[in-house]
Amino acid sequence: MTTPSHRTVPDVVAYDEAVARYDPVMGLEVHVELNTASKMFCGCAAVFGAEPNTLTCPVCLGLPGALPVVNGKAVESAIRIGLALNCEIADWCRFARKNYFYPDMPKNFQTSQYDEPIAFEGYTDVDVDGETVRVEIERAHMEEDTGKSLHVGGATGRIHGASHSLVDYNRAGIPLIEIVTKPIEGTGVRAPAVAKAYVAHLRELLRGLGVSDVRMDQGSLRCDVNLSLRASADAKLGTRSETKNVNSLRSVERAIRYEVSRQAARLDAGERVVQETRHWHEDTGVTTSGRVKSDAEDYRYFPEPDLVPIAPDRKWVDRLRSALPEPPAMRRGRLQTDWGFSDLEMRDVLGAGAQSLIEETVAAGASPASARKWWLSELARRANDAGMTLAELPITPAQVAAVQGLVDAGRVNDKLARQVLDGVLAGEGEPGDVVTTRGLEVVSDDSSLSVAVDRAIEANPDVAAKIRAGKVAAAGALIGAVMKEMRGQADAGRVRELVLEKLS
Amino acid sequence: MSDPPSAPRPESAPTMSRDEVSRLAQLARIDLSGAELDHLAPQLAVIVDSVAAVSSVAADDIPPSSHALPLQNVFRADETRPSLTPDEVLAGAPASEQQRFSVPRILGEEP
Ligand SMILES: [Zn+2]
Repeated sequence: MTTPSHRTVPDVVAYDEAVARYDPVMGLEVHVELNTASKMFCGCAAVFGAEPNTLTCPVCLGLPGALPVVNGKAVESAIRIGLALNCEIADWCRFARKNYFYPDMPKNFQTSQYDEPIAFEGYTDVDVDGETVRVEIERAHMEEDTGKSLHVGGATGRIHGASHSLVDYNRAGIPLIEIVTKPIEGTGVRAPAVAKAYVAHLRELLRGLGVSDVRMDQGSLRCDVNLSLRASADAKLGTRSETKNVNSLRSVERAIRYEVSRQAARLDAGERVVQETRHWHEDTGVTTSGRVKSDAEDYRYFPEPDLVPIAPDRKWVDRLRSALPEPPAMRRGRLQTDWGFSDLEMRDVLGAGAQSLIEETVAAGASPASARKWWLSELARRANDAGMTLAELPITPAQVAAVQGLVDAGRVNDKLARQVLDGVLAGEGEPGDVVTTRGLEVVSDDSSLSVAVDRAIEANPDVAAKIRAGKVAAAGALIGAVMKEMRGQADAGRVRELVLEKLS
Repeated sequence: MSDPPSAPRPESAPTMSRDEVSRLAQLARIDLSGAELDHLAPQLAVIVDSVAAVSSVAADDIPPSSHALPLQNVFRADETRPSLTPDEVLAGAPASEQQRFSVPRILGEEP
């Protein structure tokens, strides 16, 4: 830290030293916004990015006399999430009111579940750098999202220094599932990597279930990180901090690293860790103290009188269980075998978020190797340049397969194929159209190639002499000259054949 | 988790102390003076004790209930319905700005 004088920036000790002296224990709370058409308890549309306060009604505003009714699809999604996390599904459960005074909910309470979550006691196996780590799930419960506040008058839109706040209730009432882990112990130095892998794993699992957009950048997947340190693995749990706003995979990792370093500094100094909510700041990479846990924690939960209990029919649950998609780890293993990728290649594919894209490209007719090549080299570079994910690039797996099809048919070479990708990404149409409109087709007509080869031989008599003398390796210079003259629109293999034919 | 939870029934009816009323008032952001607490605490105790009298009538084989009707699994299809217009929504707001509810500066942090 370069600003040690500011009191919100605590001293930290180096991460490696911290984990050498203390044993970190984590608890992760992930909030998932479901992708239902309507909200949890009313018919307002549940969409992201609408104009403020255009998606509210008496129910989600909590106006007197309004009567909420549970969205059956949201319950189904909650049960499917619970089943995918190997949870037990409650025979009977209720919603509860979580009472608090904060204007992100217009009704002064949030409808949630308290001691009767719909799913509980599960686990999920997470791949952490090739090793399986089992994360125990405490519960997954249903609730509703809150509104969004904008703080006005402060320097950076934060609460600090704001003169007043502006609230948009479009998000209030969108179905939310909160997935809570049991304490994750024994990860030691790998704690940040395990947490990141868990959230990434959850994202993949939820995407596979099709229950959420799981967009961390849009807030449809959010993570709170609880962390405590203890002197050793058999000591009792230390006091934990709860860090909010950890909204990217990289932040999950960084926030845990930071909290380990910060809490270790406190303990080293003989101080106690304060049990509090902390806020993660993506820009500066630190957490700052929020609210100290106190009576504001007293939410006075009670059963929601306006919503009747939920008793999922066992046949329904069994039906949902039998229709669950293949678990991510199994799917990964199956695809890796089908594609014949090495562990390293597969890790690159997963790291780039390209598994489904490659799967669809292969389904559209490309070979696995060519699909991987396009997505992980050319397209990855373009996505990176544009600040997008691969999936966000304006090109479909079918179009990528079509580009490879053009290469396989000899209509374009690799270099021209890259220009075809450019055209498709620029919205110029399907790959075949781009080839036509940009005139990218390789010249396969031997007579014009032959003329170009003759010209190259004439212009480079010494190279030609070497080839005639048997130095075939020298052919590269002539091929290069021909390709240049043809502005790349020639099949280099055919050019080589012609050169060798003429000089043999 | 599988059965309706059964809270232990108090042997004798609960009585609200002045401290409890003070704390509830604090949680509900209601500013009560000492005199008001003296006045209100015994009244609330009477109300709560009256409701608690139900416990003495209910036998052990009657599960606690949270709802008046024996209904469960009342679900709505996942279909959208028109929302209110922003003008209608904000009509009841004490103040609004940028089509949002304007509220006093929020002290403390989000829950
Ligand atoms: Zn609504």
